[in-house]
Amino acid sequence: MLLLQVDMAFLIEKILLITVILFGSLGIAMYATWGERKVAAVMQDRLGPDRAGPFGLLQPLADGLKLFMKEEIIPDRSTKFLFILGPCLSMLTALMTSAIVPWGPDFVAASGHIFTLQVADINIGVLYVFGVVSLGVYGIMLGGWASNNKFSLLSSIRSASQAISYELPMGISLIALLMMTGTLSLREIVQQQHGFWADGYFSWNFFKQPLGFIIFLTCSFAELNRAPFDLPECESELNMGYHQEYSSMKLGFYLFAEYINLFVSSAILITLFFGGYNFPFMDQVATGLNSPILFTLICVLAFMTKVICMILFFMFVRWTLPRFRFDQLMKLGWKSLIPLALVNMLITAAVILLFFNKP
Amino acid sequence: MQKLTNRSVAVNRSPMTLAERAYLPALAKGLRITLGHIFKKKVTISYPEQKRPFSPVFRGLHILNRDEEGRENCTACGLCALACPAEAITMEAAERKPGEEHLYREEKYAAKYEINMLRCIFCGFCEEACPKDAIYLTETVMPSNYSRESFIYKKDDLLIPHPQKQEGK
Repeated sequence: MLLLQVDMAFLIEKILLITVILFGSLGIAMYATWGERKVAAVMQDRLGPDRAGPFGLLQPLADGLKLFMKEEIIPDRSTKFLFILGPCLSMLTALMTSAIVPWGPDFVAASGHIFTLQVADINIGVLYVFGVVSLGVYGIMLGGWASNNKFSLLSSIRSASQAISYELPMGISLIALLMMTGTLSLREIVQQQHGFWADGYFSWNFFKQPLGFIIFLTCSFAELNRAPFDLPECESELNMGYHQEYSSMKLGFYLFAEYINLFVSSAILITLFFGGYNFPFMDQVATGLNSPILFTLICVLAFMTKVICMILFFMFVRWTLPRFRFDQLMKLGWKSLIPLALVNMLITAAVILLFFNKP
Repeated sequence: MQKLTNRSVAVNRSPMTLAERAYLPALAKGLRITLGHIFKKKVTISYPEQKRPFSPVFRGLHILNRDEEGRENCTACGLCALACPAEAITMEAAERKPGEEHLYREEKYAAKYEINMLRCIFCGFCEEACPKDAIYLTETVMPSNYSRESFIYKKDDLLIPHPQKQEGK
């Protein structure tokens, strides 16, 4: 009976957390669309959406409502099952990645119960991210192929080859990081980056792996299909890309999944390289506050601030750089990033072997 | 070859340096430019609240004028219709009856006066042709509408409000 009670508490806690994270990431994705338009506008000396609500804050709601009200068209010559499966898969994989992000440190409630602000602490966290992100390509491929449209097909082929090409340097750049951390669990990786300064050096992985970070960041731009690597949906060449035949909320799912991916991958970037929920002087703050719940909230806030800065950076780059040509994209991926990542891995291995090889 | 102007610049075809090939310095430069634009003054005019000032010679929607006693100036002479290159103006004249002196300034008036705004090119020739100061082009932009019929402006749409009646209101 006791066992059952504990399980129930665990179940309720996790379901609550999952609900909060799901709706949180949906909400952030919604406002990322608004943010994207605002960022684009201010960078082009415009105002951006400002009609719906104060500062146009109701604009995402209006857009969502519009997408729901639109007529739903399934092309006659499409493969209907796969056509519907495509956006669903995109959305599913986009939301699945958020399961392993540690949103904040654990805190012990007055009752002695330990709350973990992470849905699942799996010991192969990084591998899970890679697996799910690779699955995300299937949504695009299925959608593009099932549309029975040559532009969609071309775009999904592009997307697939781009994703495969850029997963390699992404993985190799992470190997260097993992050699340092010695673990695949995101939770432990974050705990190792405690505070900001430890043992006479910055504790965040960004300062230990700057080259690895740049490679990882470039690859995440490509994996996210965002400018300057937004070849799968380049309007000028492929009309709209893989979601050309989609309408109504199925189109909305694709566009939405992209922003959820943006949010989740920013979260993972922050977790891996910028210390997750850690912030400078966190120990002093923790002892000063003497309230674990408040401290956890501050940590979550710090994490979200970092994530939003990262999202803004992604947008910032999108509205600055022109799109790469496809051969340039491949050249950059295979001829620059993979060798760089390999060199980075070798240097890291050598440094660890020579200086940090403590038995 | 002889240069025609001194504006032409030879294309630099020297191979890219390492810094150029690394792409990151150029990226930083681009980001700096876009960052600068964030703080620049926005050029957008929020239309219904703010309006761009028109030039003094702007030609917008027409009005039919009244004199200071509120009598219609137009005598239906037809000069505006004659001057109109788009043939947008139609009118029918009528004779003023005794007792209507407070309505029309002269013995003849326009019983019907229509401007087809879909034909009108807003050239302002009608304004120039009018010998009675009856028709003017204002600074109002023509509003949009749903049907073709609604673009044929009748006399009631064009006449300015009666000056004395408006004061009384």
